[in-house]
Amino acid sequence: MASYSTNEFRSGLKVLLEGDPCSILENEFVKPGKGQAFNRVKFRNLKSGRVWERTFKSGESIEAADVMDLDMEYLYNDGEFWHFMRTDGSYEQVAAAEAAVGEAKDWLKEQDVCQVTLWNEDPIAVTPPNFVELEVVETDPGLKGDTASGGTKPATLSTGATIKGVPLFINIGDVLRIDTRSGEYVSRAK
Amino acid sequence: MTPDAPQTWQPAATIEVLVARARLTARVRQFFVERNVLEVHTPVLGSATVTDPDIESIPVPGYGFLQSSPEYFLKRLLAAGMPSCYQLGPVFRHGEQGRQHNPEFVMLEWYRLGFDHWQLMEEVADLVDLLLGPAPCQRCTYAEVVGQDLLQIADMPRDQLDLAFAEGCAALQGRWFVTDYPADQAVLARSQGDTAARFELVVDGVEVANGYWELTDLEQHRQRFAADLQTRAQRGLDPVAVDDTFLAAIQAGLPDCAGVAVGLDRLLMLALGKAGLDGVLAFRR
Repeated sequence: MASYSTNEFRSGLKVLLEGDPCSILENEFVKPGKGQAFNRVKFRNLKSGRVWERTFKSGESIEAADVMDLDMEYLYNDGEFWHFMRTDGSYEQVAAAEAAVGEAKDWLKEQDVCQVTLWNEDPIAVTPPNFVELEVVETDPGLKGDTASGGTKPATLSTGATIKGVPLFINIGDVLRIDTRSGEYVSRAK
Repeated sequence: MTPDAPQTWQPAATIEVLVARARLTARVRQFFVERNVLEVHTPVLGSATVTDPDIESIPVPGYGFLQSSPEYFLKRLLAAGMPSCYQLGPVFRHGEQGRQHNPEFVMLEWYRLGFDHWQLMEEVADLVDLLLGPAPCQRCTYAEVVGQDLLQIADMPRDQLDLAFAEGCAALQGRWFVTDYPADQAVLARSQGDTAARFELVVDGVEVANGYWELTDLEQHRQRFAADLQTRAQRGLDPVAVDDTFLAAIQAGLPDCAGVAVGLDRLLMLALGKAGLDGVLAFRR
């Protein structure tokens, strides 16, 4: 297996740390003028999402992780797994368990293209598009003509996710544009 | 060149920063004019280099090495009778690349005949007051920075100790002179029992200067270089030939003096309130 030396550390590099695939977030070179050199490194554990910090002596190596971020089309959920298909024309599919899909499940709409992180070919994380358009399936009745009062209400979307901060004029059946990074309402899509 | 080619020719620092740098170096030169310390130029490309196991020089095939500090050349000048002097110019260290490191940086190094390290610390504080604005300099010992006493320090593996020291320094806010280094970290400072006549200046967690009351004894120089070479061998580093011309100068007699090296880019970084060298160097590696 390939490995990387501290002088090859860059943010975004995928490595194995204590058996888990991690992505390097920050790499800080630490060296007293007349002392040994170290690299203080922040990693994101790609399975748990947690941030780890470790210090290495400069020149030490860690194993590379076979991690790929692939654009994949979301197909469907069978009650246990979320199924995605490669967009490279191979029609190859993968099934992601709930642990991999995590909070992305609130934003998955069939045919949307997501980023799926594969470790040794297995999906370990799913990143939805930054913006998705989802239909409202439940909310208090819209206040006709109220586009200016600034009041808001919650709404439940077709994925089952409930978001706050929806304007009062929104009705069931409206399609909303959502920023998946903040989980916030952006606008009415149509 | 196509019109949409990347604009990589442009400097990494703004013109305002470059103007601030020019003013800073002008003030440094004026400081030494007023104190009658003379500017000298010694080779940046030398045929020999240092044995220090924590510094890797950049070799230049057919010529020697880019110098990691002008120390040996300046001491050869002093041994030949040159009065107190300084050099302001680039130095090079292989593999040192990071937020506060660049493999090429500007070093200000000066030597004061007849000074000990305490007197030199006062002069360093005066220079820093001039460049960063006046503020008090406090003092602490190496042991205090590491949070252990000298006996415990003697038992710690060197790498663990270096890391603890680096982290301790990074936590020092304000201006601090660190003194009383363990004797085995004297480098080329005089030994005084358990400790070395060596100091460093840390400003807001950033190591800015390293100074010594200079070792003049030939035999101790030989012993320290031998110890360096042994450490290099233990760590699997390339062997380095001891600079015999430097030892010959020491044998001829280095006058009593104290010397210090200051990282000028880091001082400018601090003067500008920046956390790293990005935007401080005209062109960054």
